[in-house]
Amino acid sequence: MRRQGERVLFDARHLRWVDPNGMVALLLGGSLVGEASGTFPHIEMPESQDVLGYLGRMGFHDQAHQVFEFDTPARRGGSRPSDVLLEITAIDTNHDVHEIVDRVQTRAGAILTSKLGYPAASVIPFSVMLSEVCQNIIEHADGSGWVAAQAYNWAKRLGRFVIVISVMDKGRGFRGSLTDEHSARYGDRWSDSTALEAAFLHGLTRFSDPGRGQGLQQIRKQVRKWSGLISVRSGTARISQVPEWDDSPPMVDGMASLPGAQIGIILPAAVQP
Amino acid sequence: MTGQGPDSISIDVGEVLQRSVASLYSSLVTRPTGRAVRMAIETQLQGTGSLSISLIDFSEVGIIDYSCADEVVAKLLRQQLADEVRDAFFVFRGVSGAHHPQVEGVLQRQSLAAVVEVEPDHFTLVGTFTADEQRVWDRLEHEGSVEPDAMGLIAPTGQDQRALESLLHRGLAFRSPHSGRIHALSRLVAHLM
Repeated sequence: MRRQGERVLFDARHLRWVDPNGMVALLLGGSLVGEASGTFPHIEMPESQDVLGYLGRMGFHDQAHQVFEFDTPARRGGSRPSDVLLEITAIDTNHDVHEIVDRVQTRAGAILTSKLGYPAASVIPFSVMLSEVCQNIIEHADGSGWVAAQAYNWAKRLGRFVIVISVMDKGRGFRGSLTDEHSARYGDRWSDSTALEAAFLHGLTRFSDPGRGQGLQQIRKQVRKWSGLISVRSGTARISQVPEWDDSPPMVDGMASLPGAQIGIILPAAVQP
Repeated sequence: MTGQGPDSISIDVGEVLQRSVASLYSSLVTRPTGRAVRMAIETQLQGTGSLSISLIDFSEVGIIDYSCADEVVAKLLRQQLADEVRDAFFVFRGVSGAHHPQVEGVLQRQSLAAVVEVEPDHFTLVGTFTADEQRVWDRLEHEGSVEPDAMGLIAPTGQDQRALESLLHRGLAFRSPHSGRIHALSRLVAHLM
């Protein structure tokens, strides 16, 4: 933990590629350092104009102004039409979720059909999924966060297009959210990994309302239907629902501690029969 | 209650969303939004008689997420089932393909069922129900209503009769307290459509 008043530098000068997970994680890291030290950390932006331009199109600079101190990069060349599925968006209130759902509906349809080969109607479950995953921050994390999504051609890794969705928050994490209501029944086994299992696999929440806790369950169901990968990292553990095209372990424990939570979703293009 | 049927009321959820939450929102998403819409619906229902049937219309709603489906559909039904006296009945209209998975998902999670219009003039049971309940409900939906002395038309066996009682108990069919006639809920809201 940084001491009050200590300055921290995030050196991103040599960054050659970054996806929504990386961008959102940078914001989370900067935000946590800023809160601990009481002053904005400094970030050196990438030297690569391609990366810098991409960060700009993803809205990174706009969000970074709330987190980092940095020299605003000069715009080079004319502005081009955005190819971004969902720019990095801060999630603080339910109003933010409404805006995200409205915005993504107008853009997701073309990407889902042309790049992923999904039916046109898939924009509805995609929007619902985004709504639920963003609400997870407001309803359960008790802290703010960010979401971003973009489509990529994973030519080498998968030979297909994918959509990558990243959601991170700096809330209390899954264990923190569930401890009061559910830790007793787990006894000594209660940990970040059992808390993730309780929420991710069994739909437990801190609420006694039987209608609560289904957001993650329904997201898992939809991701499985699209043969996608979903993982949730919180504290020192990460739990995943792994499709056949990936070999990630379903549970990893003993990771570096992550305050809050990170939900990552990867949706691959449909395989034509 | 007027005549032999329950008071009926039609509620346009899209209009309620615009009026009670924010005119800028076009989608029924987030739990507080669903809660606000449900409370607005409940306020409207307070103006009905002691026995009522409500047509909750989703036709003008673009997207509904699971949180809102739980707040608006499942909670309305759960509150009705919690009452000792079954005096409020619901039919959900305009539950298109865009809404159906979310409505079905929240109902199944809590072992609830509802009468839902999935296509114009095509009603079905959605949620959790037995094959016996489905069979008897289909017959009632076909008949529209059945006199007490003609129950054999929809429930000829003891098994069917138990299923019919279950449908009545779950608020999926209506028995007039005056005549004993049993009505398909879809027929009781037909004049509202």
